[in-house]
Amino acid sequence: MAGRIGTLRPPVGAALVAALLGAMTLGTVAVVALHAGAAMPGAADWAAVRFTVTQAALSAVISGLLAVPVARALARRRFAGRGALITLMGAPFLLPVIVAVLGLLAIFGRAGVMNDGLAALGLPRLSIYGLHGVVLAHVFLNLPLATRMLLLGWQAIPAERFRLAQSLDLTPGAQFRHLEAPMLQATLPGAMLTVFTICLASFAVALTLGGGPAATTVELAIYQALRFDFAPGRAATLAMLQFALCLTALALGWSLIRDTGFGTGLGRRVEMPAPGGWRKGMDVAAITLAAGFLMLPLGALVIRGLTGMDDLPGGMWAATLRSVLVALATTVLVTGAALVLALAAGRRAAGHRLFDAAATLPLAASSLVIGTGLFLALRGVASPSAMALPVTIAVNATLALPYAYRLLLPEARALHQGHDRLAQALGLTRWARFRLVTLPCLARPLGFGAGITAALSMGDLGVITLFAAENNATLPLFIHGLMGSYRMEAAAAAALILMGISFALFALFDGIGRHASA
Amino acid sequence: MLQLDRLVLEEPGFRLEADLTLPKGARCAVLGPSGAGKSTLLNAIAGFVAPHSGRILWDGAEIGDLPPGQRPVTILFQDQNLFPHLTVERNLALGLSPDGRLDDAARARIVEALERTGLAGLGGRRPGQLSGGQQGRAALARALLRARPLLLLDEPFAALGPALKAEMLALVRAVAEETGATVLMVTHDPQDARRLEGLTMLVAEGRAHPPMPTEALFADPPPALSAYLGTG
Amino acid sequence: MDLSISDHPSQLERNMKTSILALGLATVATMATAQDKPVLTVLTYDSFTAEWGPGPAVEQAFEASCACDLQFVAAGDGAALLARIQMEGAASDADIVLGLDTNLTAAAAATGLFAPHGQGWKNALPVAFDDPVFLPYDWGWFAFVHDKAKLPAPPKSFEELAASDVKIIIQDPRSSTPGLGLLMWVKAAHGDRAGEIWEGLADNIVTVTPGWSEAYGLFLEGEADMVLSYTTSPAYHLIAEEDASKAAAAFSEGHYLQVEVAGKLAATDQPDLADAFLAFMGSEAFQAVIPTTNWMYPAVTPAAGLPAGFETLITPETSLLLTADEALALREGALAEWQAALAR
Repeated sequence: MAGRIGTLRPPVGAALVAALLGAMTLGTVAVVALHAGAAMPGAADWAAVRFTVTQAALSAVISGLLAVPVARALARRRFAGRGALITLMGAPFLLPVIVAVLGLLAIFGRAGVMNDGLAALGLPRLSIYGLHGVVLAHVFLNLPLATRMLLLGWQAIPAERFRLAQSLDLTPGAQFRHLEAPMLQATLPGAMLTVFTICLASFAVALTLGGGPAATTVELAIYQALRFDFAPGRAATLAMLQFALCLTALALGWSLIRDTGFGTGLGRRVEMPAPGGWRKGMDVAAITLAAGFLMLPLGALVIRGLTGMDDLPGGMWAATLRSVLVALATTVLVTGAALVLALAAGRRAAGHRLFDAAATLPLAASSLVIGTGLFLALRGVASPSAMALPVTIAVNATLALPYAYRLLLPEARALHQGHDRLAQALGLTRWARFRLVTLPCLARPLGFGAGITAALSMGDLGVITLFAAENNATLPLFIHGLMGSYRMEAAAAAALILMGISFALFALFDGIGRHASA
Repeated sequence: MLQLDRLVLEEPGFRLEADLTLPKGARCAVLGPSGAGKSTLLNAIAGFVAPHSGRILWDGAEIGDLPPGQRPVTILFQDQNLFPHLTVERNLALGLSPDGRLDDAARARIVEALERTGLAGLGGRRPGQLSGGQQGRAALARALLRARPLLLLDEPFAALGPALKAEMLALVRAVAEETGATVLMVTHDPQDARRLEGLTMLVAEGRAHPPMPTEALFADPPPALSAYLGTG
Repeated sequence: MDLSISDHPSQLERNMKTSILALGLATVATMATAQDKPVLTVLTYDSFTAEWGPGPAVEQAFEASCACDLQFVAAGDGAALLARIQMEGAASDADIVLGLDTNLTAAAAATGLFAPHGQGWKNALPVAFDDPVFLPYDWGWFAFVHDKAKLPAPPKSFEELAASDVKIIIQDPRSSTPGLGLLMWVKAAHGDRAGEIWEGLADNIVTVTPGWSEAYGLFLEGEADMVLSYTTSPAYHLIAEEDASKAAAAFSEGHYLQVEVAGKLAATDQPDLADAFLAFMGSEAFQAVIPTTNWMYPAVTPAAGLPAGFETLITPETSLLLTADEALALREGALAEWQAALAR
C-alpha cells in the first residue's frame, strides 16, 4: 500500500496535551464521581437538557447565519476604520458575562434605550426576558467570534481563485456558489459548533435573561447539586451528560465539516471583487447593523464605568496585576498547547480525531465541576490557598484552549497541504521549519488566539472562588465582591478597567500576529 | 546509478511496476499518458510515496528508508516549489542548509546562483512578485545550490509557453551539467523529451519501461508509445 | 532586589542568583515570624474579607488582644463555604467557619464536623435564637426594596403585590441564599397557600437571577420596580451614597429573617483561640463594625446604638424564621411549588 510517509511520525507532544486536557475535563468529573458516586438524572434534569440544547442550537444557528453577511461584507469592503472595527468586534466575547448582560440591558432592557425609543413612538415596550432574550445575549456574545472565524475562512481563499472568477466574468452569485459556498461548508459548521458548545455551558446568561425556572440549564442544575443539594454525585452525572451533548455535537460536526480543495495561494492580499449597486447597500447595512448591535451596549458600559472611577478601592490594582500575570501565563500555555495539537491534527497524525475531541471537550466543561474535582484531587497535596493562582491558570488554559485550537486548525491544515511536501523535500530541520514556515504562516491565527486567550483569562471568574484566600483575588473576583456589597458604580468602573485591559491584551497579541504574519 | 529493483507502487485502482536502471549523469524524460503513474514514480523516488514492494537504490545503496530531505534528491513539483511568504533569497538559503542559515558565505553563493539563472537582483522579492518563468528559475537556482545527484522534475514548467519552456529546459541542462546530476523529468510533450537530448522512459499500462535513447525510441516506437503518440 | 541592567552575561547571572537567594531568604524569614504566633484560620465568604467589608477591622481588633495571627480564607459565598467544608472534612485547615445562614445550618450540623460553641453571650435577635453549635453574628429581614419616587405606594403584602402590576426581580432559590430565603418567607407566611401565592406572583416577576448581585444590579438599572433584598439595603444608599431615594416595603405578613452564623470545627488545632474568637464575636469591637460594613443588623446592639441613618429603616412587626430542621424539611416541596408556579 503506497501511503503518505509524512503522517507516520508519532505525535507525542499532541498526545501529551490531549491527555492533560482529558484529565482536566473528564478526569475531574471522574474524581467527583469517585468521591460521591453517580446518581441517575431526574425529570427536572431532562427538562434542563432540553432547554439547554434548544437555546444553544438557536444561538448557534442564528450567530452563524448572521455572521455570513457580516464577514462577507468585511471581507470584500475596504473602508477607513475597518481594522479597528474588526478588532473592536471581539470585545463582547471577552467581557465577564454579567457585565455584558448589563450592557445589553442598557440598550434592550425594560428601561433601555430601545424601549424608551419605542415608547416615545407610542409603541408597546418589548421584553427581553425569555428564550429570545437568552438567544439575543448569546448572539451578542458569540456573533463576533463566528464572524472572525468566517472572515479567516474568506481570507484563506487564495486570491488567484477570485481572479479566476473575475476573468471568467462569473456573476457574484456564481462566484458565491463556486468559491465561497465550499469555504462556508468547511468553516460554518465549525463556527456554529463552537458557539453551540459554548452555549451548552451557559449559566448566568440563561438564568438572568431566561425569566424564570423554565430557563434552567444543565450548568445551573450542576451548580444547584454542588452548592445547595450537597449532591456531588448528581453533579458528576450532569457534567457527564453535558460532555455527552458536546461529543454528540462534535460527532455531528465531523460528518458536516468537509475538507475543501483550497490550495495555498501565493500570499497575496485578499482581492475579493466588491460589486456595487444593491449589493453594496446590503454590505453597508450588514456592517452598520452588526457594529451598532455590538457597539451600543459597549458604549453604555463605558458611560456607566466612567461615572464610578472616583471611588475605586485601593486593593483593585493588586488584583489587576494578579489578573494580568495569570492572563499572560495562561496565554503562553495555551498558545503552545494549541499549536502542538493543531499541527498534529492538521497533518492528520495518528489519533487526530481524539485530539480534536480533547480540544473541544473544555467548551462543554463546567468550571464548577473542574474546580471541585481539582479541589478534591489536590487537597492532600497543598493548601488550597497556595494553589489558587496555579489552579486558575491551569483551568483558564483548559477553558481557553478550544478557541485557540479551532482558530489554528484550518490554517494548520492548509499549511500542511501547501508546504509540507516542500519542507520535507528540502529536509528542513525542525527549528528552521518552525521558524521559517510554521510561525510566519500561522502568525495571524496564533496572534488572534493568544489575544482571545489573554482576554478570556482576564475576564474569567473560573474556579478561583473555591481556592481563593485573603490575598489572591483576581480582578473579576474583585468586581464580583464589589457588586456583592452594593458598590455597583465602583464595580462598573472596575469592569471598564477590566474591559480596557482585556481589550488591550487582545489587541496587543492580535496586532503582533498580524504584524508577523506572512 | 539509479536502480529501481522490482519496485511495485500500489494505490486503490492503480498499480505500477518498475525494474530498471538509469546511468549516472543521464537525462531522462518520463513520458506517458495521464494517470499512468509518472508523478507517483517520482514521488516514490523522492520519498513521498511508500513502495508496496521492491527497492530504490542510488549507487548501490538503498535509499527507500530515508526521509525525503535526506535522499540524494532534489524534486521540483508542478507548483508550490517556493514558500510564498519568504523572499527568494530565503527560499534559496533553504537549499544551502536545512536550518535556513543565511550568513555572508551563503549570501554570496545565492547571489551567484541568481546570476547564473538570470535572476540577478531579484533576491529580495517574494515569489508572488515574480513571473511564472522567474519562479521556475528560482526553483532551479535552489536545485543548483542543493547540488543533489538526482534532479526530479514533475512537470514544473507545464504552465509556461513554448519559448519560455525551451529556455527552462536549457537551464535544466546547464544545471545538470554543472552539478553532474542525473535528471528524471515528467512530461506529456514529446518535444520536451527531444529538447532534453538524452533518454526517454515510457510509463504506460502499469509499467515503467527501461529508458532508451530518445531519438532511437521515437524512430522505432513500441506499440505502447505509438498509441500514446497517436501514430500507431 | 537588584534590578540594575547589566549587559555582561556573567554579571547578569550573578545578579539573578543573588536575587533568587534573597527571595528565598525572605520567604524563610516570613515563615519564621509567622511561626512565632499561633494562627487562627477563619473560613468565610468573599465580601466579609474585602477591604470595604468587616474583615480588616475585625482582624486588627482581634489580633490586638490575642497574640495570634488571624487569617481569613475566602471561599465564594455561604453555600460555597459549606461545600468546601464537606469536601475537606476533618482535614480542613480552618478552625472557624463564619458566614453560613440558617438555611444551611441543618446540613452543616449533619456533617458532624462542628463542635458546640459553649458561649454564654446573649444575642439581640428579634426572635429567640439559641443554637448550641452555631452562633449568630448578624442578621437582617428580607424585604422588597424600591425607589420611593418611582413607586410611591408600594404593595403592603404578597397578595397586594400579586394583584398589582408592580414588576419585581428575585433570586433563584436553587443558587442563592436570598432566593431560598424568599421561598421560606412565602412558605412561613402562607403555608399551604404558598403555591397559590407564587402563581399570583408569576406575572410580576421580570426575571430570576442566579445571585443577589445580579438582581440588585438589574434593579438599579431600572429593570424592575422592586427587588428582593434586605430592610437594611436603603441604609447603604443613605449612609454611603447620601441617597435617600430607596426604601423597603413593609409586608403585613411579617418578614423572614436571615441569620448569619459562625461555628467552631471539632478538628481545630487551636480550640482556645477559636473559643476566644467566638467570644470576641459578641464584643463591641466586632459588632460595631457590622452595620456599615456588612450592612446587616449586629447580633448584639452596640452600646452607642446603631449608626445614624438606621433609624429611617422600617421595623417589621412580625419576624418569621423557620428552624433549621423545618427549613430543610420544607425545602424540596416548596421548591417544587415554586417551579411549578413559575415554569408555566
